[in-house]
Amino acid sequence: MIQFMQQLINGISLGSIYALIALGYTMVYGIIKLINFAHGDIYMLGAYIGFVFATKTGMGFIPTLIVAMITCSIIGVVIEMIAYKPLRNATRITALITAIGVSYFIEASTQKVMGTNPRAFPNLLPKGNLNISGVVITYQQIFILVVTVLLMIGLQFVVTKTKIGRAMRAVSVDTDAARLMGVNVDQTISFTFALGSALAGAAGVLVGIYYNSINPLMGLVPGVKAFIAAVFGGIGIIPGAMLGGILIGVTEALVSGYGSSLYKDAVVYVILIIILVVKPAGLLGKNVREKV
Amino acid sequence: MRKNQFTKTNLAWLLVIIGSYLLINVLISAGVINKIYQTVMLTIGINIILAISLNLIIGITGQFSLGHAGFMSIGAYSAGVIVKMMDGAPSSVYIGMLVGILISIVVALIVATPTLRLKGDYLAIATLGFGEIIRIVIQNMKITNGAAGLVLPKLIDWPVVFVFLVISTIVIVSFTYSAYGRACISVREDEIASETMGINTTKYKIMAFVVGAIFASIAGTLYATSFYVIKPEIFSFNKSIDILVIVVFGGMGSFTGSFVSALLISVLNTSLQSFADIRTIIYGALLVLIMIFRPQGLLGKYEFKFSKLFDKFAKKEVRQ
Amino acid sequence: MNLKKMIKSMLALILVASLAACSPSTSSTGTTEQGETDTPAAEGQETYKIGLHYELTGAVADYGVAENKGSKLAIKLANEAAGYEKYVGVEYDNKSDSSEAVTIATTLASEGVIGVVGPATSGASAATYQISNDSQVIVVSPSATQNNITLVDPNNADSDVYEYIFRVCFEDSYQGAAMAQYATDTLAASKAVIYGDSASDYSKGLIEAFDTQFTKLGGEIVATEYYTAGDTDFSAVLTNINSMEFDVLYIAGYYNEAGLIIKQAKEMGIDKVILGADGFDSESLIELAGAENLNDVYYTTAYTAVDASEKLQAFIDAYKVEYNEEPAMFAALAFDATNLLIQAVEEVGSADAAALQAAVKGINFNGVTGDFTFDDTHTPIKSVLVVKLVDGVQSSADSVSPQ
Repeated sequence: MIQFMQQLINGISLGSIYALIALGYTMVYGIIKLINFAHGDIYMLGAYIGFVFATKTGMGFIPTLIVAMITCSIIGVVIEMIAYKPLRNATRITALITAIGVSYFIEASTQKVMGTNPRAFPNLLPKGNLNISGVVITYQQIFILVVTVLLMIGLQFVVTKTKIGRAMRAVSVDTDAARLMGVNVDQTISFTFALGSALAGAAGVLVGIYYNSINPLMGLVPGVKAFIAAVFGGIGIIPGAMLGGILIGVTEALVSGYGSSLYKDAVVYVILIIILVVKPAGLLGKNVREKV
Repeated sequence: MRKNQFTKTNLAWLLVIIGSYLLINVLISAGVINKIYQTVMLTIGINIILAISLNLIIGITGQFSLGHAGFMSIGAYSAGVIVKMMDGAPSSVYIGMLVGILISIVVALIVATPTLRLKGDYLAIATLGFGEIIRIVIQNMKITNGAAGLVLPKLIDWPVVFVFLVISTIVIVSFTYSAYGRACISVREDEIASETMGINTTKYKIMAFVVGAIFASIAGTLYATSFYVIKPEIFSFNKSIDILVIVVFGGMGSFTGSFVSALLISVLNTSLQSFADIRTIIYGALLVLIMIFRPQGLLGKYEFKFSKLFDKFAKKEVRQ
Repeated sequence: MNLKKMIKSMLALILVASLAACSPSTSSTGTTEQGETDTPAAEGQETYKIGLHYELTGAVADYGVAENKGSKLAIKLANEAAGYEKYVGVEYDNKSDSSEAVTIATTLASEGVIGVVGPATSGASAATYQISNDSQVIVVSPSATQNNITLVDPNNADSDVYEYIFRVCFEDSYQGAAMAQYATDTLAASKAVIYGDSASDYSKGLIEAFDTQFTKLGGEIVATEYYTAGDTDFSAVLTNINSMEFDVLYIAGYYNEAGLIIKQAKEMGIDKVILGADGFDSESLIELAGAENLNDVYYTTAYTAVDASEKLQAFIDAYKVEYNEEPAMFAALAFDATNLLIQAVEEVGSADAAALQAAVKGINFNGVTGDFTFDDTHTPIKSVLVVKLVDGVQSSADSVSPQ
């Protein structure tokens, strides 16, 4: 039982990292229906920016986090302006290819500039752990989970309660109608990218601290996993991303712990396909009937 | 009533095929096409087969699949295993290809039947999942030698790839212009409308998916028997992405486009080779630039046809 | 198509064309900036081209880049010794893609290189061997460790060896068996848990060899678990391992993941002895795991800084001056592989392929990763050292050979 609880904790903490990345993913997708392949790479950039800032200035956690988030949001907006904006009216697959191009560009540039070897991220958070009758939880795990939940709530608040959030939802439902109603579509999309990229940057710093290791290709696997998490929970739905991320994390942990670690990724994909077939819009998604 | 197959356009295409075969032969014996270009030609040929087969699924039928590398790996490993069993006998390539095709058909049906109910990005992620599952299974099988993969002798050269390129193109293009293909296009244009017209959309989607999978598998066999090594990691979803890039770059729905873009990307890749480690940076930037300037792909939906050309000439003559 | 669009697409095409056009000029000059001290070869002075074929981008760029640095340093030092640019490195990146490696091997063969160093990984290497062998280009691989990879059919130990293919690293099976031997004999271990990378041939080879030898010596493998390269969270499997009864944990993988595994294992309270292979040999391991977690850690390697030979120390110093970082094991192996080629050229004094092949085959090489000669499969005969880490510092080294 203790073992099971421990695996559950392991799974939730891994899942909250997927969720953290998935939040930004799902939001960008929700607004402009773009599978932003470069999102995982912005997450990686966030980690590197945090790394450079923290090692060069020796500043603590909060300033590092803020610097990474701001820089990433600027990078996100610039990428959107250069690479995605001209393709607003093109097919979505075209925009996807551009995103892949951006992803190659960022990865290879980082490999060139920062080197290909993994770097050790400075430890900016207190270490230590809680031991509840044999089940060990580290402070950092709790911290990441709390930050993820807070970000999710904040994001949900922005999207559902604020004016810009209303604009975002309007653009998401019908871009042209939103423009006619006086919504500044370009600004709204830029804001979405800024927000999504800031989240990715925050995720990069948190993961850097948690695992203590960053490398130029660190965005690849979590990028795909976060995308799956977003689809799992219902893409475009913010609490869905959280749910999806945690479910994937727990699945991986339980399969590694009780099944065969060889097949942990395969099991995730199988569950994903089953969910999609049974409930195509994801766990929290609404099945929209197509009007004829 | 049987249609006459020996039309002017078909004859013209036959001439093009024979002509280009002879031309390549002459260029090789004249030393213009050296060994490097011969290797590049293999890559181009295999990439074109992959691209047109994916184009049938994405461009013609409108189903966004990200699992193409999975079917390629089935073809590659079927051939790899059989080549090993038969100790590299030349016929083992074709037996392996056949086995690969059969397995691909079965797997494609298993993949397609549940997932093709999904739309757009959901379909993409489901097919991506299937592709990865195929890879993980291969990685953990004994007969495929797991992660270490198989080291194979080189059994085929460019004429074989050329022949299969021609066969693939003829079959896929004919499929597209047949009644089945028309039905597939109608599915792409408007699924609901075609359903109301009495088209069994699921059937045509699966049909296109299976045909695409067959040719991906053939391309896999060609890859395995001409590139010495196959490993599961070669067929990760990045490979599917690479194929997708060729298709979109050339223009979705244009087979001519797939030809041109597979050619251009290979040439680009080879000419950037001497840039060593900044090659990928340049490649990424170019990809973005080209998509911005040509969002519909290089050729859009344009298709090169001799019939059009002949029509043009005919009109000119009339005017004169 | 309107005018504006046409201009735009023209511009794009020009850009592509100009990039393609200016590429050949960089291939010969871009790779030879060896510093101002080198004078270009004068009339009558021999020059030799050495192909440096590595994974400079893509999934395993980490290894390729380190090796490229090692190779370039070897060429630079050789040129300084010669007093002019005697050796020219021709660099190519295969993007960690084995079909790309085939094209590059063909290109290198046609560029008249006397030999090639690389690629870093076994898969990409195997893809190039037939081509290089057929065109009589010597390949000295720094790190293609897969069992029997120098043979025509690696799955068949009786098949012929490629005449022109050599390597300077251990075979996976040799290292894995040596570690099992050491674990039983010296550490008195009888129960082992193995944790390896499911997608890596290196890991797979180590696991098989360790498993076989350990069982042969009467030990028991309690469990074999797997991760996937790129994973960062190992807590689920480690929790599982923590609940088992065992003496040693054998991590068959590279430092990227091994560093994190050790850190997470120690933080979880797994205080058993941890064993590894030469994939541990990097400064990064200490950075990632934390020096305080690197106690009771043993790994097999070819060279050690404990009582570093003069040669090794000179290499480490030169590397630090050149790149401002500690050399990883990969850099040292590539340095040796490149120097081996250079030594053969110096012995033969010409670019004659057959003579060079004979020279390499019969070489008696004193490298930074050990002194060795080649066996029948063109794999070095060198003893395995088992290094013990105390607080992240190499504290002792024992020589082992599996029985």
